[in-house]
Formats: sequence, structure tokens, C-alpha cells
Amino acid sequence: MTQLNETVIENRLIFEASDFTRKSSSLAPDIDVDMVTKSLPEHLLRKSELLLPQVGELQVVRHYTCLSQKNFSIDTHFYPLGSCTMKYNPRICNTLAQLPGFAGRHPMAHSSMSQGIMSCLYELQNMLMEATGMKQVSLTPMAGAQGEFTGVAMIRAYHDHNKDDARTEIIVPDAAHGTNPATAVMCGYKVKELPTNDQGDVDIDALKVMIGPQTAGIMLTNPSTLGVFERKIKQIADMIHEVGGLLYYDGANLNAILGKVKPGDMGFDVIHMNLHKTFSTPHGGGGPGAGPVGVSERLQPFLPVPMVALKDGQYYWLSEDELPLSIGHLSAWMGNAGILLRAYIYALLLGREGMQRVAEFATLNANYLLQRFADAGFEIAFPERRASHEFILTLRKEAKQYGTNAMDFAKRLLDYGFHAPTTYFPLLVPECFLIEPTETEAKTDLDSFVKAMELILEEARESPEVLKQAPYSLPVRRLDDVKAARELDLNYYQSHAE
Amino acid sequence: MPYIPHTSQEIAEMLSVIGVDSIEQLFDEIPPELRSDGLDNIPSRQSEMQVQRLLTEKSMQDGTPLCFAGGGAYEHHIPAAIWEIATRGEFYSAYTPYQAEASQGTLQVIYEFQTMIASLTGMDVSNASLYDGASALGEAVLMSVRANRKAKSKRIIMPATVSSVYRQVVATIVKHQGITLDIIDFDRANGTIDIDKLKQQSEPFAALVIPQPNYFGCMEDVHTLTDWAHEQGAMVIGLVNPVALALLEAPGNWGTQGVDIAVGEAQPLGIPLSSGGPYIGFMACKQKLVRQLPGRIVGRTVDLDGKPGFSLTLQAREQHIRRSKATSNICTNQGLMATATTLYLAFMGRDGLQKVAASCVQNTQALIDLLKISPGICFPFGTSVFHEFVITLPTDVEQVIEAMAEEDIVAGINISQYYAQDGLENALLICVTETRSPEDMAFFADTLNKVISDLTGGARK
Repeated sequence: MTQLNETVIENRLIFEASDFTRKSSSLAPDIDVDMVTKSLPEHLLRKSELLLPQVGELQVVRHYTCLSQKNFSIDTHFYPLGSCTMKYNPRICNTLAQLPGFAGRHPMAHSSMSQGIMSCLYELQNMLMEATGMKQVSLTPMAGAQGEFTGVAMIRAYHDHNKDDARTEIIVPDAAHGTNPATAVMCGYKVKELPTNDQGDVDIDALKVMIGPQTAGIMLTNPSTLGVFERKIKQIADMIHEVGGLLYYDGANLNAILGKVKPGDMGFDVIHMNLHKTFSTPHGGGGPGAGPVGVSERLQPFLPVPMVALKDGQYYWLSEDELPLSIGHLSAWMGNAGILLRAYIYALLLGREGMQRVAEFATLNANYLLQRFADAGFEIAFPERRASHEFILTLRKEAKQYGTNAMDFAKRLLDYGFHAPTTYFPLLVPECFLIEPTETEAKTDLDSFVKAMELILEEARESPEVLKQAPYSLPVRRLDDVKAARELDLNYYQSHAE
Repeated sequence: MPYIPHTSQEIAEMLSVIGVDSIEQLFDEIPPELRSDGLDNIPSRQSEMQVQRLLTEKSMQDGTPLCFAGGGAYEHHIPAAIWEIATRGEFYSAYTPYQAEASQGTLQVIYEFQTMIASLTGMDVSNASLYDGASALGEAVLMSVRANRKAKSKRIIMPATVSSVYRQVVATIVKHQGITLDIIDFDRANGTIDIDKLKQQSEPFAALVIPQPNYFGCMEDVHTLTDWAHEQGAMVIGLVNPVALALLEAPGNWGTQGVDIAVGEAQPLGIPLSSGGPYIGFMACKQKLVRQLPGRIVGRTVDLDGKPGFSLTLQAREQHIRRSKATSNICTNQGLMATATTLYLAFMGRDGLQKVAASCVQNTQALIDLLKISPGICFPFGTSVFHEFVITLPTDVEQVIEAMAEEDIVAGINISQYYAQDGLENALLICVTETRSPEDMAFFADTLNKVISDLTGGARK
């Protein structure tokens, strides 16, 4: 019976549940479609078939509820995905963001009908300025990568405005997120890759050789993607500023330093923040995010619009009229306003005291896990360094001795009920696990995670095949990625319809 | 402590394992001179109950007015089940499906999303979503220039009938790639692309953007436009409203070959207005362009036992693999919104979406008929519309919008702010979807007439 259930129901696509003779549900208005289409120009009407599934309401509910149960998530599993800050998403943030006054507001509603939401956004701008030490914040970028684009576009606008067009290069450390070099290219820059030394800091001597009148700026993450604080940040900032370049701060790891040190004080000219990381808005299976940017005084004129301003007790939108040097619009309206609202609610709930504790307990959890793994015989990538909110294990020894690589460990962890850490990033460290527990995890769960890794290590020693075939307990076994790319099947009706 | 579960005994044990005396000591690698002395300008924490009260007050301050505005953001009925399911923790609090075996729910949803978008647009393949309609158009412009090297041109023809805000976003995104965006005027009588002016183009171009319906709500002659652009060796980017596609021909079937790339805003499919975001851009293309698509793509494959499953595929296009040579810097997209969109299309199905679209057309016609008898209101364009139309007013449009707001109506969008130099003065763009009842429309028409009469009467005094 179980077998039948699995093959027939569990793997079904919504399209396979469809029957085009089924009548539509009560969700749509009752109307004679043919009568209406007669009023439209015949030659523009749809002649091609509209292949959307006809399925009953309960069957749709059940289909997607069952699909949700095939996911690991923060609400169901420890999810130590390094660099992604998978912390608890308080439910109240979602509940309040869906209040009718917020959810139903049209983006072009008159400002007299918008003072409530605008006050939230204005206060969020101010809180983010304080948290980062930047002079002004614009909330419009819709994700971290768009925040990066915004930041580098502002650097470019600044140099262009100063007629400083010899600056053609952006420096990016080799450990950086892939979005950094991709962004620099979108802004028309050449990328110079900066090496990292064996302590996890950037190679200052290499940087000295690299900079000059061609340097537009540098993009840094601090703490870096290696999970350590860049100790010479002030020296780097001075070096870049001396040659006329600007510093970009990738806020991916802001969770590690909230309230402890501010990017503005480190000398950064522009930063982006990932609100879906540090400010706990939902990751949603891959977005939506929000990537506000903050700037120092010299980049203020170039901020993207719209922003919220306050005058005589009334909130209003700042546009290009007030900011003629703005790099412009990044979204049709106010970015991911509903996500910004969730971040605002989270910030109110934490308050200044709670924000300081974010960094403290994120760092405590990471350093505790690091020590427990070291004690359990795992190799730490930078053992001499203090971990920030995350750290790196390298499984190269295990790969060599037992033939079990980082991916095998990751897949076996799934069987033990843990989402795997980030694997094979940063690219510099072989067979690596980037582990970020976040502040909202309890010690007992961290202990269980270590225990699972110890058991897997034992399995690797005794029967490495067990790891190589994992996982066993999930809806599917290991998937054939090569087939996925070679025999593309991206569209059910194209690939499966006769 | 909000959201921090540690007991003091656990903290002590953890510090002892690490070998430090205090949490503070864990920050000892940060140079002391950089340390900040707190977050004084952030308010003190409030309880969930206090925050709930505050936010409820703020939301009530904005109210729930009757909405007749569109322009890229549309009020439609959202079935209750959509957000009940989309906000299940398993969808809401998961991330990008890097570990495919532990993310089959999200991955299958995206595969179904891709299929539905491809179906709706009549294209071969779709990606897993982009940020919003405007940025999706920006990515489509970049993609067309990458894909159409034969044109030996980085020029894009961008009609004035594309939303002005969309054009501004595209300009921001493509600014540093040497791409020029040439605006083509609209026909004053029809409110559609001026085909005669378009045909005077002699310089080569990489792509033509065709909106359907366009920003004025009018229907473009998409077949003629598509064939003409293809004859010039250019690509065609169709910018479409997904609800309208239930009745209007899919871009994949425009002209003899269909468009090359179709993009748009999927917000009308189950996403709340929410002040403009989070929304969801979609992008679909012909099979031969699939390696030029930006963003995540999910493929169906099999597992070790030959059982079907899903995983992220064609990742060699993306920033985390290709770095500076990626097709885009996009990483996180609008996953949760793609889930909601998929749910919407599954609940509505083919028949449901057709009924929603037909109801939009019918209601829009009903309001047009009511306003046609209003003194002083003119209809500048004579073309068929879907669910939006332009009127010009005998008085200041901003004042009308403000006065309507006092009656708790979002009257529409003042488009003279974008088109004043094109002779569209005191022009209002109005949208009517299936959510407006006959009483709503009567109330709108009566209020508008009264407001105009008050304002023009005032002017005469």
C-alpha cells in the first residue's frame, strides 16, 4: 500500500492531476467568457491553447501541503548554512505585515493614505543608519545582489561625476561571494582578484602592488567569508582612500558584528545589508530578500530613489527632483516594501539591547561549535583565529583517507535530520564546510549536531560506502545532476506531453 | 532575551569549552579603536503585544480605500488558501534549494512554476523568477544584447507605451553596458506604438520591446510589430500582463515566429499590492536561448534508484560558479512569490484565469460607459483596452486625486507627470479588475463627477 501511495500520489505533478473537462472552482467570478471576448479585437485573441491545470480546490491544497513537507526549513530543522544566517523568523513579523492596511495598499496611493507605512520605512532607515554607522540609507534594492549593484553603481557615479574616468578596476578578494565580481562587471568594471594569506586576512603586500589611479574601489566582506575578522581593515581603508578609491562593504556577515563595530567606523563608503539574514525576514525558498544600502557623506547625492523623508510632520517620497545625481530607480516602486516592513517589526522587537545580543550569541554559538568540532578531531581551517558568527571545517583529511568528500558528509547529515552547512564555498579551502549556527539555536541542538558529525566520521572510517550512497531517508536519493543539465527537462508540457 | 534560548548555566558551560571568561572576549580580534559604544539611537525593545498594537494603529491609519489604480500593480482577489500554504514554515523558512534531496518541495514548486509561466507565455522555458517586472525587463534587455550579436548593435527600441517607471529602471540597470535605449513615440489617436515612425528606423538594433497591453491599457498590434522587428534582424521582447494572456494571444505566437523573450510582472497572480513589493518578475524564452537566461533554473532528473526528482540546473551560467563571467549577478530571487504564483494558477486553472480576465474586461467597459456621459471627461485614445484606460480631466489631475482620496478612493495614476510634453495633460490612468462591484463603479463615477464639478465650479468663481 505504501508503495502504491508513493508512486502514484506522492510524486505526482499538479499537471498530472488535471482534467480539462473539470469545471472551474468557486474562486473565479461567474461570467460568460465568450460573450466578453467578442468585444475584443479578433486578431489579438489567444488562439493557442492555455495549458493550466484544472484541479479541485482540496486537491490543490493537499498537493502543495504535501510538497511543503518534503522541505527542510528553519522551522523544522537545524539549518547551519554558512553565509546565509538561517535564524528564527518570528511569526509576528509576517502576521503584522499582512494587515489589510499594509497588504492592500497600492504603491501609488496618495501620500495622505500612506503615512502609516511611510513612518515605518522612515524609522527603519534611521535604525539601519545607527546600526551601521552610515550617513544615509536607501531601502529600495530588492536583494543583496541588487544592493551590491547599487553600491558599485554609486561608486561609478561618484567617479564619473568627478570626471575621474581612468578608474576602471574593482578589487575583489579571492574568497568573496560570486556576486561581487559579477556585480563589478555589470557596472562596467574589470575585476582584480586579491589573494588571501594563510591567516585568512587579505594579502596586504599584494594589495599594495594592485592599487593606483586605475582603482575605482574594493569590495570587502568583514568578517570575511572565511569567518574571521579582517584585522587590518583600517590600514586597507587608508590605502584605498589614499589612491582615490572607495570601499564597498558586503553586508552578508553583518549578523556577526551588530552593535559591536560599525562598517561606517571601519572606513567604508558604501554598504549593503541583507535584511533576510541579519533582520530575519523570511528566506522563502530563495527570496524575496531586501538589500538596503547605506553610504558615507560623499556618496549621499547618488543614492537610489525613492527614499522616505519627513517635513513638517508629513512623510513624503524623495525623488530625482531632490536628488538629481541619483543613480535612479531599481524597482518599479519602493523595492520589497513588505519585506522592509517585516525587518522593521523585527527591529522593534529586538530593540537596541536585543540587537547587541544578536552578535554576542551568534559568535558564542559559532565559537562553541568550532571548539567542539576541534575536540572531536575535525580539522579547522583557521585554528589560530577566533571565529566570527561562522567558521570553516576542512574535510580534506577524511577525503584522502576514506574517500568521503564534503558532499558525502553533507548528504549523510540530511539522514541525521540536519540541513548541511554550505559546502565547497569559499573556493579557497578544500573540501570545506562553512558552518553558521546563528544566535537562535539552543546549545542542546548544537550538541546534537556535533554528535551527528562524530557518528558520520565513525561511519566514514568503518564503511565509507554508507556516506557515498547517502541520503537514504529523504523523499529522493542522490540526484543525477549531470542528466539534469544534459537532458534538459524544464517544462512539463514540453517534455512530457505526447 | 528575545529569540535567544540560552540559560545562564549553558552560557557558562559554553564559555568554559571555548576557554574564555566572557562573551565579550570573543570579540578580541576587533581592533579596540573600532569598537562602537552601543546603538543609542535605536529604541528600546518592545514586547510582541506592544508591537502588535503599534503596527495595527499604523495600518489602520492607511486604511483600506477603494482602489482604481493599476499601472503595473493590480488588485485581484487572492484565494485565502494561497498564503495559508505559502507561509507554512516549510516554504517560508527554507532557503535556495542547494541540498536538492532536502528541498524537493521547493524544487517541484519551481518546476511547476516554470511550466505554468512557459504555458501562459507560449514559450519553451522559464526561469525560477526575477525581482519584479521592471528589473526583469532590464535583464531581458541585457540578455537580448548578449544573444543577438549578429545585429552588431547595442541599440534597443523602447516604445513610449512602456511604463515610464519601467524605462527608468531599465536605464539604471543597463547603463554601464554601452546599451542605448531609443524611445519610439506613440500614436496620439490610438495610444499605441506609432508604427509609421517605427518603420522609419534605418539603423540596426538588437531588440524591440513590445508591451501588451501597454501602459495606457491599449492593445498593441503585436503580430505586425513582431514580424517587422524580425525582418530587421532584431529580437523581440514581449512585456506582458499574465492575466491578460488568458484572453490575448501568447507572445510565443505573435507574428510568424513568436517573440524571443517574454517578461512581465506576476504580482497579479496572487500577490498582495503591499506598497509595491515584494512582487515577482518572470522571464521565459525560446529553447535556443536557455543558456543566456539569468537566474535560477530547476530541472527534472532521476535519483540513484531511477526515481524522478528535481534539482537546480545549468548552474554554469550563474555567479557562484562563473563569477565575473556570469549571465547576471542575481542570486536570491523571489522564491516565496513564485510559490504563491504557482498556487494561484493551480487554484484558478485555465477556466478560472479566463473568467478573471473576462471579468476585468467587462468591469472596465462598464466604468468607461459610466464615465462617457460625464461632462468634461475625454477619452484621448480610440483603441480597445484590457483593464486600464486613460481619461483627461477638465481640471488639475493632482487636485482630483487628492479630493478623491478624501472620499477614500485611490482614483488612479496621474500620468501627465510622465507624458505632459506629449500633450497628455491632466491625464488619469484608471484600472478596474474583477474586484470592483457595480456599486463601487457607480460610487467612483458619482464621486469623480462631484469632485470635478466642485473644482471647476471653484475655478469659475
